[in-house]
Amino acid sequence: MKQFFTFIKKEFFHILRDKRSMLVLLGLPVVQLIIFGFAITTETRNCKIAVLDNSKDEATQNIITRIESSSYFDIDKTLTSNKQIETAFKTGRIKLAVVFQPNFQNDLSHNNKAQLQIITDASDPNQANTLSYYVSAIVMDYQKELNQNKNLPYTINSEIRMLYNPQLKGEYSSVPGVMGMILLLISAMMTSISIVREKEMGTMEVLLVSPLKPWIIIISKVIPYFIISLINVITILLISVLVFGIPIHGSIMLLSFVTILYIICALTLGILISTVTNSQQAAMIISLIGLMLPVVMLSGYAFPIANMPVILQVISNLIPAKWYIIMVKDVMIKGLGLFDIWKEMLIIIGMTTFFLLVSIKRFKIRL
Amino acid sequence: MDREIVIETNKLTKKFGNFTAVNDITFEVDKGEIFGFLGANGAGKTTAIKMLIGISKPSSGEATIAGFDVYRETEKIKKSIGYMSQKFSLYEDLTIKENIILFGGIYGMNDFEIKTKCQDLLKKLHLQNDGDKLVNSLPLGWKQKLAFSTAIFHKPKIVFLDEPTGGVDPITRRQFWDMIYEAAHDGITIFVTTHYMDEAEYCDRVSIMVDGRIEALDSPEKLKEQFNAANMDEVFLMLARKAKRGD
Repeated sequence: MKQFFTFIKKEFFHILRDKRSMLVLLGLPVVQLIIFGFAITTETRNCKIAVLDNSKDEATQNIITRIESSSYFDIDKTLTSNKQIETAFKTGRIKLAVVFQPNFQNDLSHNNKAQLQIITDASDPNQANTLSYYVSAIVMDYQKELNQNKNLPYTINSEIRMLYNPQLKGEYSSVPGVMGMILLLISAMMTSISIVREKEMGTMEVLLVSPLKPWIIIISKVIPYFIISLINVITILLISVLVFGIPIHGSIMLLSFVTILYIICALTLGILISTVTNSQQAAMIISLIGLMLPVVMLSGYAFPIANMPVILQVISNLIPAKWYIIMVKDVMIKGLGLFDIWKEMLIIIGMTTFFLLVSIKRFKIRL
Repeated sequence: MDREIVIETNKLTKKFGNFTAVNDITFEVDKGEIFGFLGANGAGKTTAIKMLIGISKPSSGEATIAGFDVYRETEKIKKSIGYMSQKFSLYEDLTIKENIILFGGIYGMNDFEIKTKCQDLLKKLHLQNDGDKLVNSLPLGWKQKLAFSTAIFHKPKIVFLDEPTGGVDPITRRQFWDMIYEAAHDGITIFVTTHYMDEAEYCDRVSIMVDGRIEALDSPEKLKEQFNAANMDEVFLMLARKAKRGD
């Protein structure tokens, strides 16, 4: 046991003394998330929209003024016919259009009910969702004010239409995606590099000749990265809850459990990579090209899997991150429980076992 | 004086497929002896050492190291030996002390033992004020001396040195050999491979491997006599020229 702790201490020395790596290890997730979040916030401010006012009365003017005075929107175009809506979207200049039905004020005062339509460009589902939510909030506000002194309430129906991607797939994909990517990158790449470094330096030979058992060497190399990954998970979740206001609907216990499974999977993948190469550079390239690219491209993080060609959809099943991202979305955003994600969990466990068995086999052949 | 044999091999062989890397080698090494294990690149030295230190299973033949069997008792072998490879084998980003403590810990020494012996060692190497310096700040010669000291820190019965003086200047090499003599005097058996034939002269006995076989084994004096050569260099060349396999 003492051997074990002495050895783990050494691994921490390696990591702590390498300031640059430390910065990457702990800073990268924060930077990633912040960049992502920053992109969201800048785009939703001063977003260009179009208005088609078929009514042109006091009520519609009132709503339009409120929309315009909010910091979220700039009215870029005032349209005059329904046909112009589509063209306006196709130019890509506007992200959202508000359409007032004719006789808006009239309907409101006589029927206590009026209709308006919010059309958004949902090719960016996150943004579409946020924008339409802002507009409805502004309308709701207006409705509340009108109703303050009334017995019979007015209702303004805002009908929301999502263009291009009606089901809003990929909603809240940023946080699960960043988690899937960062954890895989740190766990797999850093573990493989740190094991291969010992091979490259010749110290691995000395360790293998020592009474240390090989599995103790490997586990001690893996534990620091396991801990760093956990720290990263906590940072990512804190940022997403506190800064971006993304809620955690499901059980935190389950989310942590799933995350630990995924980290272990990534670590075994790192061990596997270290058994196929002898140079740090190769380990890094394999990790970056072999892991990072597929995760970004095929895990559903950046591009919806449903939109991919069939062959890529099949390949995407081989990527652990895909299953992890599904689980995180299910637990965190949809609030689902263990019984809804057991299949994905089994897949991750299966992959981990596979990576481990192959590594052990390759490790033995080498000796 | 009674002979105490610490390394004993009998027809030890290692095959990789059709290729016989080590072919039927048989020899004995006594306690406290400095045994030179020579051979050109590709002669099978490294493979032979790997079998002796318990990280590679022989294909056939027998061997015992410090009385332990290389097939069944590799764990015990690993505890009784020290090893220093041709690549530098300390951690550059750890301090001198941390390296010593690490290897002491790996070999199961207790804290008190490590602490006292570490002080002695630093004093002996004239590094008592540099214990907290990172190893990468030391010149190569010092690193090699430190690596050797670390390899024998846990008082092994045998220490295996795989080309320990590669790239080191002649003065430091001489100092390095003084350390080897001292260790041998303390009863540690030295099993050393080298490319420098002047170093072969320092050994008590020398074996020369050619194409996986041991072609010659005796003290440097007797080998020179036997091959009618002025120095070990000539002996080595005479034997190595017979090699059929290349690098």
